[in-house]
Amino acid sequence: MAGGKERVLRRRIGSVQNTKKITRAMELIAATRVVKAQQRARSAKPYAEQITSVIENLAAGGAEVDHPLLRKAEKISRVGVVVISSDRGLAGPYNSSVIRAAERQVQNARSEGADYSLIVIGRKARDYFAFRNFTIDSYTEGISDNPSYEDARRISEVVAAMFAEGQVDRVELVYTEFLSIGSQKVAVRRFLPLEDTEVIASEGGGDSDLSTAFEFEPSPESVLEALLPRYVEARLFGALLESAASEHANRQRAMKAATDNAEELIIKLSREMNQARQDAITTEIMEIVSGAEALGSDSEKVDEMLDLVGSSTENNS
Amino acid sequence: MTFQVELVSPESISYSGEAEMVIARTVEGGDIAFQPGHVPFIGVLSVWSVEVIRPDGERDVFAVHRGFVQVAGTKVSILSDVSEAAEEIDIERAQEARSAAQELISSDSENEEALASLERSEVRLRVGGVEV
Repeated sequence: MAGGKERVLRRRIGSVQNTKKITRAMELIAATRVVKAQQRARSAKPYAEQITSVIENLAAGGAEVDHPLLRKAEKISRVGVVVISSDRGLAGPYNSSVIRAAERQVQNARSEGADYSLIVIGRKARDYFAFRNFTIDSYTEGISDNPSYEDARRISEVVAAMFAEGQVDRVELVYTEFLSIGSQKVAVRRFLPLEDTEVIASEGGGDSDLSTAFEFEPSPESVLEALLPRYVEARLFGALLESAASEHANRQRAMKAATDNAEELIIKLSREMNQARQDAITTEIMEIVSGAEALGSDSEKVDEMLDLVGSSTENNS
Repeated sequence: MTFQVELVSPESISYSGEAEMVIARTVEGGDIAFQPGHVPFIGVLSVWSVEVIRPDGERDVFAVHRGFVQVAGTKVSILSDVSEAAEEIDIERAQEARSAAQELISSDSENEEALASLERSEVRLRVGGVEV
């Protein structure tokens, strides 16, 4: 019986079509999420800018403190690496590139003769590092696609405490920077110790007018002391939000590519299927014709047969 | 004369508008009122309320649990990671939190967490318009 190959192909097309429906749905979901995440990242900017602007004003006012978050170790014996990945996959190269960058930081630390501490956010990075027998000092999941400020505060408290107690002497933050919807890149930033206030001030981002002399209450030093932990939190929060937006943008791109590939595959398979069907019909005709020939050389009979075949191919096409 | 007031939280600018006067309390324990033309000022806020007096005489009151105030030029920014507008406050919950905290404190008067929670719930109640 003809159509064995055709049936197999038909089933495959059906399954590719189902996959395409799923990837299309994921693409659309990611597209709406990336817009939301982008908005959140944008509306979080004023706070970070204002905090920076207060630091600028403090630096201009000459505030200097001996804050634990500013401690510069003479010898780095342990480097902390904060890595922000996602909980779920199917986001193209998003996780692998950020994980690779984090692993490089760990190797750098080792080559400097220092130990490492991993502070992992997101299941994907945990799976990667746990599988390779890295020690993970702190792990958080379930926040990376929609982080709240509370999450940022909890994590930065853990990291700041590790740093203040001298468990780590330097902390690097590895995350994905959201440049635009079409462009994200992995960023490695010094998280702790904080730069001196002058450096933070000169890097800018704030909107302050430095020509004015401020009054401080209670004192410039105590304002700075209260401010630095908030600055650390705001930075981590910003990184979390950018990573979330990047995750959704990457997923959207990956799913768009998958949908396009599925479409191509469907076209290719349909062609193969049509050809298989055509082949089957041709074989059938050949069988009928040769059967008729074998029955005898009676030319009338052959003509009759051919008429029959003609009507059956019309039905087939 | 008015100036611009912004209440900035890490997630967004939660309030923004014109005002004639802003009253806040710094960690030193003193209330401080700002009017247009105030000298540039940066202060650490204590767990207290922030009152914004609008040009039409209406008051907007917020419970601010920690944060900073920066006055520069014609703009007052209040930076706070935990703040609530008066109408957002759940009075019942605040009352429950207050009695729970008081109970803890009666057995352990140095329970810092309970003391802080008491302070927060009292500010909430005060801002919410309940006598404490």
